[in-house]
Amino acid sequence: MKNVKITINGIETTVPENYTAMRAAEEMGYNIPRLCFLKDINETSACRLCVVNVKNMRGLKNSCTLALQDGMEIETDSKEIRDSIIQNLQLLASNHVFECWACDRETSCELLNLMRRYDVDNVFGENLRDFFKKDRQINDTSDSILLDSGKCILCGRCVSACKQFTELNILDFNERGNETYVGPALFHSMADSGCIECGKCIEVCPVAAIKPKPEVDNVLSALEDETKKVIIIPSPSVAVTVAEDFGAKLGANVEGQLNEAYQLLGFDDVMNYSLGKDLSIIEESNELIDRLSKDESTPFLSSNAPGWMQYIEQYEADYLSNVTSAKPAELVAGALVKHYFAEKLGYNKADTIVVAVVPRIDRKHDAKRSGNSYRGLADVDHVITTSEFARLLKRQGIDLLALAPSSKPHGELASKVFKEDVLHPNIGFAEATFKTASQLLQEDVQEMTFTPSKENEKIEEASYHLNGKKISIARISHVKSIKEFFRVLKAVNKTYDYVEMASSQNSNVVGGGSPIQPSKVQDGFNVIGLRAEALNDSVNDKEIRYNCYSEEASNIYNDFFKHIGSELAQDLLHIQYSPRKYYKD
Amino acid sequence: MLERAHVLICSGSNCVSRGAKTLRDEFEEHLDRLDIRSEIKLVNTGCVGLCEQGPFVIVYPEGVFYAQIKPKHIKEICEEHLYKGRIVEKLVFNDALTETKEVLALDEVRFYKKQYKIAMRNCGFINPDDIEEYIAKDGYRGLGKALLDMTPKEVIDEMTESGLRGRGGGGFPTGVKWGFAYNNDSDQKYVICNADEGDPGAFMDRAILEGDPHSILEGLMIAGYAIGASKGYIYVRIEYPTAIEKLKNAIKQAKELGLIGNNIFGTDFSFDIEIRLGAGAFVCGEETALIASIEGERGMSRNKPPFPAAKGLWGKPTIINNVETLANIPAIMFNGAEWFGRVGTDKNKGTKVFSLGGNIVNAGLVEVPLGTTLRDVIYDIGGGIPNNKALKAVQTGGPSGGAIPEHLLDIPIEYETLIDAGSMMGSGGMVVIDEDSCMVDICRFYLDFTVDESCGKCTPCREGTKKMLEMLNIISSGHGTLETIDQLETLAKMVKSSSLCGLGQAAPNPILSMLDHFRDEFEAHVVDKTCPGGVCKALINFFITDKCIGCTKCAQNCPVDCISGTIKQLHTIDQSACIKCGACQNVCPVDAIITT
Repeated sequence: MKNVKITINGIETTVPENYTAMRAAEEMGYNIPRLCFLKDINETSACRLCVVNVKNMRGLKNSCTLALQDGMEIETDSKEIRDSIIQNLQLLASNHVFECWACDRETSCELLNLMRRYDVDNVFGENLRDFFKKDRQINDTSDSILLDSGKCILCGRCVSACKQFTELNILDFNERGNETYVGPALFHSMADSGCIECGKCIEVCPVAAIKPKPEVDNVLSALEDETKKVIIIPSPSVAVTVAEDFGAKLGANVEGQLNEAYQLLGFDDVMNYSLGKDLSIIEESNELIDRLSKDESTPFLSSNAPGWMQYIEQYEADYLSNVTSAKPAELVAGALVKHYFAEKLGYNKADTIVVAVVPRIDRKHDAKRSGNSYRGLADVDHVITTSEFARLLKRQGIDLLALAPSSKPHGELASKVFKEDVLHPNIGFAEATFKTASQLLQEDVQEMTFTPSKENEKIEEASYHLNGKKISIARISHVKSIKEFFRVLKAVNKTYDYVEMASSQNSNVVGGGSPIQPSKVQDGFNVIGLRAEALNDSVNDKEIRYNCYSEEASNIYNDFFKHIGSELAQDLLHIQYSPRKYYKD
Repeated sequence: MLERAHVLICSGSNCVSRGAKTLRDEFEEHLDRLDIRSEIKLVNTGCVGLCEQGPFVIVYPEGVFYAQIKPKHIKEICEEHLYKGRIVEKLVFNDALTETKEVLALDEVRFYKKQYKIAMRNCGFINPDDIEEYIAKDGYRGLGKALLDMTPKEVIDEMTESGLRGRGGGGFPTGVKWGFAYNNDSDQKYVICNADEGDPGAFMDRAILEGDPHSILEGLMIAGYAIGASKGYIYVRIEYPTAIEKLKNAIKQAKELGLIGNNIFGTDFSFDIEIRLGAGAFVCGEETALIASIEGERGMSRNKPPFPAAKGLWGKPTIINNVETLANIPAIMFNGAEWFGRVGTDKNKGTKVFSLGGNIVNAGLVEVPLGTTLRDVIYDIGGGIPNNKALKAVQTGGPSGGAIPEHLLDIPIEYETLIDAGSMMGSGGMVVIDEDSCMVDICRFYLDFTVDESCGKCTPCREGTKKMLEMLNIISSGHGTLETIDQLETLAKMVKSSSLCGLGQAAPNPILSMLDHFRDEFEAHVVDKTCPGGVCKALINFFITDKCIGCTKCAQNCPVDCISGTIKQLHTIDQSACIKCGACQNVCPVDAIITT
């Protein structure tokens, strides 16, 4: 790469030719304001806050995409630039609903941070006699996502993210000019928009214009209700992400502090998410063995990617028979709490409230599916995201980082279900399912080694011996969206017995529910990678398993379900998915 | 058989909307009746420019210019002029009659005398539906010359030498622009004709598309040959149905003759042209938004650089030229750069078409050599201001331009001089503003337009134009202070410097130029709480003076019944109930109602 020599604010610097003015300035230590730019995702130059002056160029230029030329003289700060930034912030503020204290993004709002930095006077927004404020529209028809035009600054990041990560273009600009707002096309509600609730839009939003459908208040009510026993199921990633909302660095592990916090918040007990995953995988393994013996339609598909099931229901319903019917981990865990453990603990199952804390908003939708209940009792009553959980902690005045860590959560149930050995939290579905299947068949557990496919660079292949057969397994990695997964899948003529969407391996830390980092952090750090790494490290001092037929799981089957795949197990641990229509149909 | 007379019927959209559609039928009927049908050739032409006086019928060989023709007049023209050879003087355009009742030929008429037609050379003279007529006027010879005698590089050099600059408003040298695209290697390049004319009141592009569509096709093909493109698009708004029809027909005819297609003129050059319809958004005239629209995306601007010449339509090098620019190109290619350079001034060669409108006698399209003064255009060609009112300013460049005050009327029309005067060339709107107008109100009009037309992508344009309009409303309603004016000016400067595309960058121009030249009018609104032009309703009151004859007309026409008085007595207006609609003033037979 060639270098170019430029000056920024009179200081000479040499940077690679492919740098933008913004990157060059930021590497020098300048913090360039921005609200729309997000590298490789949204490069639309729309917010006009990152403007700089370039010698011999007319007007102010947005630095975020400004290509560099040798000898360029750039100025990042002057009265003109500052005034321009302040006035543009005033314009954005004029339509923004400032109720910061009641806002999910109180501590991570990129607009508010800039308003503070530039000491902006809300001249238009405070003078409603002379200046118009747009009507606030709240689109809350989805089970998982809430759109609030009163917060939206029309940066377009969500629109771009939706396009790139789903290729479904659910979100776009409606109307135009001053009347523009973001939402599903043609005034449709989120509920029938075809959205798969992957949460990418939430992860990129600089404000709280798109957020998880809030459920914290419901959890608080449950906690305050003395007739209820409230059990929390925290997913493993919460321990390595929640602290971000308390100002800790990326990947900080606060598992010990959380173990104390659950009790302080008033939860009666804590259920192990991984036990739910054990049973879920066991049921899936059993289904796999069954399928392989019956020659049912292949491949058997699996993934933990956000939006996975919703995508298949709405866009690839033909594949519904190829996916497992085993419920996701937190629902299995919830069902176990209500129908197995409650009685043992002396709880009335109808008065037992289960709260799951997950990194993914699509789980909110899952919990509300009618199939995810048994005898009128929902498996999980409330699903809150990691960042909602952080808010709950703050609301209750719990200073998470100051708590003295405890090695295990407190509670009678917790003492039963949290064991020394743990399932590796980042284990792939294929690996967990096949190794568990070997266990169930009392065969040798083999290593699963993937090698790149010769046919398609996006596919890795492996084989595994099960029940006397050689099973061909594919892992489709490096796909950006589920749509692309199916494109690749349909393009390979080869018949695989089992296909996993492997970019779902980080599904534990993505999905719109984890704390949201400002764009500068998202650009500068591999946020997802660091979180996944922290999750890996979180089990370093533990006894790690790569299969799911654990001692505790085996006890539950013997004691309660009688055997794997029993009728009761079918009722409690499986769900039937069916095709779902959205407005385009 | 050769006809002894040609009758040209202006069928431009303006004349058609004034009833020109049935004129041809009338002619045919009467010519048949007189049995001279075979001696007379009827030609439906494009716009002849002087739209205010339409519909027109022009009879050659004399060049007699009949104006404001209605179907009922045709009988007389046929019987008198075409049958008996006697010019029907009472139907001849006023300015074409001398004081001695001598009938002037068309090009002797004052409106046309100082004009010089290059872009509109065929408009109003040929039948746009007949490719033969275009060819007879040297059509497609420029293309032939380029393809057969010149290399693409030579074509670009010729174009650069001619000094032709973009007529869409920016004024960027066309040859230089082509050179950029020529130098960018690519397997595919595109040329686009920007026919998304959007300035309120401007219609020169429509007139050219309707009156001489082949010149656009030829210009587009020469551009394609020059930069190495084999595909051209014409992006035209769906509100121009006649233009679209003429273009489609022209493309069909050109394809039939092999002028569009493979191996044109037996050379290796192949070219195809496709029409793309726009939904009429002003921003789609901005080239990056136009490209987005053709690609099927929302019409929203994109960041420049990269410029379209490097990365345009579908990421390929693309040249976008405006209709008027393209119309000039065949003539330049055929006649040479040197010929083109004889018209205009040193840095501003050739001509420019303007849509003359507002408070002007001869509203319509005028094409003048660059360097002509505004005064010549307004007073000589345009015939001055109606009712002998004084001129206050002239707005060029539409909502993207500014107002040039009376004392600057003698500046020559050039890209640079107009910018120095606080306005711009723009695509050619020229609105004459007389002394009875309010500059705050005119700013409101233009800002209202840009607020509507902002695509909503970038902050300053989406929100800033709206806030500027609101500030103008504050001023116009009398609630403003001197601080409001300062605030407005600061915001306008910011929107100009930090907007993403040309629309936002130019939207504050009317405000900035009016504040520059007419700040006192703004100040009158906020300090004295008066509207000097008598336009801003919140600041004016209607009164009945003692000239009132008590006819009761005003009281009968008042929509809110706030005028009282008995017959033959002085009437009075209840100020608390008056909505200032002006209905009373319009009906008063003795001008007894005044505003203060």
